[in-house]
Amino acid sequence: MKLIFEKSKPGRMGISLPDCDVPEKKIEELIPKNSLRSKLNLPEVSEVEVVRHYTKLSTQNYGVDTGFYPLGSCTMKYNPKVNEEIAKFPGFKSSHPLQDEGLSQGALELMYHLEKILSEITGMDGFTLQPAAGAQGELTGLMMVKACFEQKREKRTKIIVSDSSHGTNPASASLCGYESITIKSNERGTVDLEGLKRALNEDVACIILTNPNTLGLFEEEILEITAIAHKKGALVYCDGANMNAFLGIARPGDMGFDIIHLNLHKTFSTPHGGGGPGSGPVGVKKSLVPFLPKPTIKREKDKYSLDYDKPLSIGKIKAFYGNFGVMVKAYAYLRALGPEGLRGVAENAVLNANYLMKKLKSYYYLPFDRTCMHEFVLSGKKQLEKGVHTNDIAKRLLDYGFHAPTVYFPLIVSEAIMVEPTETEPKEILDEFASAMIEIAQEAKENPEIVKTAPHPTTEGGRTPVGRLDAVAAARKPNLRWKKLDKREI
Amino acid sequence: MRFIPNTDQDRKEILEFLGIKSIKELFKNIPEELLLKKNLKIPKGFSEIELVREMRFLSEKNADLEHYSCFLGAGAYHHFIPAIIPHLMGRSEFYTSYTPYQPEASQGLLQTIYEFQTLICELTGMDVANASMYDGASALAEAMIMAFHITGRKEVIISRTIHPEYREVVKTYAQAKNLKIIEIEYENGITSLEELKRKVSDKTAAVLIQNPNFFGSLEDIKEIERIAHKNKSLFIVAIVEPTSLGLLKPPGELGADIVVGEGQSFGNPISFGGPYLGFMATKDKYMRKLPGRLVGATKDSKGRRGYILTLQAREQHIRREKATSNICTNEALCALAATIYLVSLGKEGLRRVAELSLQKAHYAFEKIKEIDEFEAAFASPFYNEFIVECRDAQGVNRVLLKEKIIGPLELEKYYPELKNHLLFCATEMNSKEEIDGLVNILRKIK
Repeated sequence: MKLIFEKSKPGRMGISLPDCDVPEKKIEELIPKNSLRSKLNLPEVSEVEVVRHYTKLSTQNYGVDTGFYPLGSCTMKYNPKVNEEIAKFPGFKSSHPLQDEGLSQGALELMYHLEKILSEITGMDGFTLQPAAGAQGELTGLMMVKACFEQKREKRTKIIVSDSSHGTNPASASLCGYESITIKSNERGTVDLEGLKRALNEDVACIILTNPNTLGLFEEEILEITAIAHKKGALVYCDGANMNAFLGIARPGDMGFDIIHLNLHKTFSTPHGGGGPGSGPVGVKKSLVPFLPKPTIKREKDKYSLDYDKPLSIGKIKAFYGNFGVMVKAYAYLRALGPEGLRGVAENAVLNANYLMKKLKSYYYLPFDRTCMHEFVLSGKKQLEKGVHTNDIAKRLLDYGFHAPTVYFPLIVSEAIMVEPTETEPKEILDEFASAMIEIAQEAKENPEIVKTAPHPTTEGGRTPVGRLDAVAAARKPNLRWKKLDKREI
Repeated sequence: MRFIPNTDQDRKEILEFLGIKSIKELFKNIPEELLLKKNLKIPKGFSEIELVREMRFLSEKNADLEHYSCFLGAGAYHHFIPAIIPHLMGRSEFYTSYTPYQPEASQGLLQTIYEFQTLICELTGMDVANASMYDGASALAEAMIMAFHITGRKEVIISRTIHPEYREVVKTYAQAKNLKIIEIEYENGITSLEELKRKVSDKTAAVLIQNPNFFGSLEDIKEIERIAHKNKSLFIVAIVEPTSLGLLKPPGELGADIVVGEGQSFGNPISFGGPYLGFMATKDKYMRKLPGRLVGATKDSKGRRGYILTLQAREQHIRREKATSNICTNEALCALAATIYLVSLGKEGLRRVAELSLQKAHYAFEKIKEIDEFEAAFASPFYNEFIVECRDAQGVNRVLLKEKIIGPLELEKYYPELKNHLLFCATEMNSKEEIDGLVNILRKIK
């Protein structure tokens, strides 16, 4: 499909702007001539062309509203429409972050209550809503770890992560100047307690664990893990990406975690927007509350205010207060569900995952064959015997009209296929997906070529606008912008 | 539960298939002592009617710019948002998708990101731009870390005319990474060149400035660039009010090595401070040091053009602790709004928005400084924000609020030495009538 730049024609415009109603001065009198730009090559297109262009593009994009999106670790659940409408209320959408606090009582009240609800759900004592995404939440959490030990004048330089962890965990540790130590999982797919004990010493500031972990397994020895960490003076961080598994069932705070980040765009139903905006609030136990980013929200009787008087705070990690528009949607979701609703989310998410896992395990290798939580990880290694890679299976699923699961993650499972159905899928859809997966397993045996050449574009009877794209060529000779724009005066 | 399709019958069938009696058995791996015995203590669930009522009530406790006039900017700008933007953003194929890991099923979004990258390069005069950052402030902090990775130097020079919240974010990141921050004072509303010359050294990884700066003034970019590059430091420019690029020379033409900024002005609602979008662009030679997602053009087996996430060897999911950054989710949907905004306006439209903002701010400035009690603070040229000194800044805002005007920023909040200094902002949204009304009220304040 053409780029918008290729549709440009001199003299067209997609917006009408008013005449200047104040007496105009010559631009050169206001801005020094050498500060003015000589050209601005933006495309010239009419409103209707813009609308058609992006509408057409939207039809070439797969979302949760299009169909099943079993992307493991991403919790692609349905995004309630009423929340989108609520976020558009003028009081939410059109309030200035620096307007007088007296004019922002609704926003502050909402944030205050959202913090309280998240604290109750996770069993933590305090929350910040400032981080814009899970990875920024991790960074914020580790900054607090660092500040906490600096205040105690303890020099600790290492962070322990699991070999099944998200890549953001060690990357966040590096951003905080920590060295990451990776410990191996045991044959049950969980933390190897002996290995952990060996790695743990007084240099370790923090252990980062995902629970349930990225294999979809609950860390059964979590109480022992947090106890031995605390005994060595280390803190324990929970990557809360998988919180959907035990909402209202169990709480990370009770497990001994000191810090957790949540992904409002996963667990709490705010749309992921094709890669953001997200929101990654961080909750902490009492001892870390003084280090939370500032400002925090204070309530005195029925008046809410922003409190910047936080001498131990790590500071700010984002301008203003975080992705407020996302918080509005998550808060609305929590208010719609209530405690029973939340528990129902976890129960049905786990039920659906176990159902799909059992339906698929005789067709795909299941490395850890035990009750899973909200997701499970298969391996495509049986199919590899016929030369069919997991990537081929993922692409073939697009031909069947499904989004692919997460693939090649976690790194400890070869040819990994990570499936997270979520609670918002009806049983019939799970059955259809299972049938597709089973048919693909059959194809891999009998007609591997059709899998290896997937996806098949619409011109060949498939569903995607293009066939499999060449990732190697893209990286070898990067073309990251439309270059012709430079050459012509449009 | 309206978001959970499983019926009791479905659950029964699934349990039978699994060979278990109750859902409880699925949680048997969780130690008994951890299982909650009671409901969480959170408010009970609402029907949609109750929810909308409650949320509307809460929203109405906020003042909003649809019912108030606004002369406040300071990093969050009230610009016009054409109707097609919310309309197209409502296409749920876009907003309900994840990061485009399966490119063949995500061509729509990938192409819009490629268009966004192209637009940011054109506006900033740089070679390569990423898919977006969290916001302008964290983009500036990431640019600082990128400069550290490129130069290996551990000192960073930052002008005090940079948005105070941006400086705070930069400091937070610097502290984590053990980088040293050196602040440079301002003179007559712009960065002090004398002090800058004194403080830049061969330890300086980068010089960070904002243009137009937090006071609205235009910096002497060419001179700052010379000072930075003389010491082989990188020169980083932050653009917080990006409509200014409709008129101003792109930083890339002035020698910037990294340009970052806040894209909120481009079609994103002001939304109490977020979600906004950071942008980040650099020269070709630093492409592989960029943090964040990059979309590249490529082909399928039949030679059809398509788009794909690329150069992922920089990123956390491949590189883990050696990645250029930990960023993963960014602000794709906000970048889509910015893209639609920029292509709708086109070259004439963006220039027009910039001219209107410039003219209105200067009109307001001329009128306000005619009043005896108000005096211009600085003489530097400015874009759409300016500072005046008055007798009682708080008093001014108290009066304005009574007239349903969200008034200027009281600078003392961030600059103790600027007591009774007010930072005004105007955009195309402020009519002459509104500005005259503001001036009339100010004139009556004694």
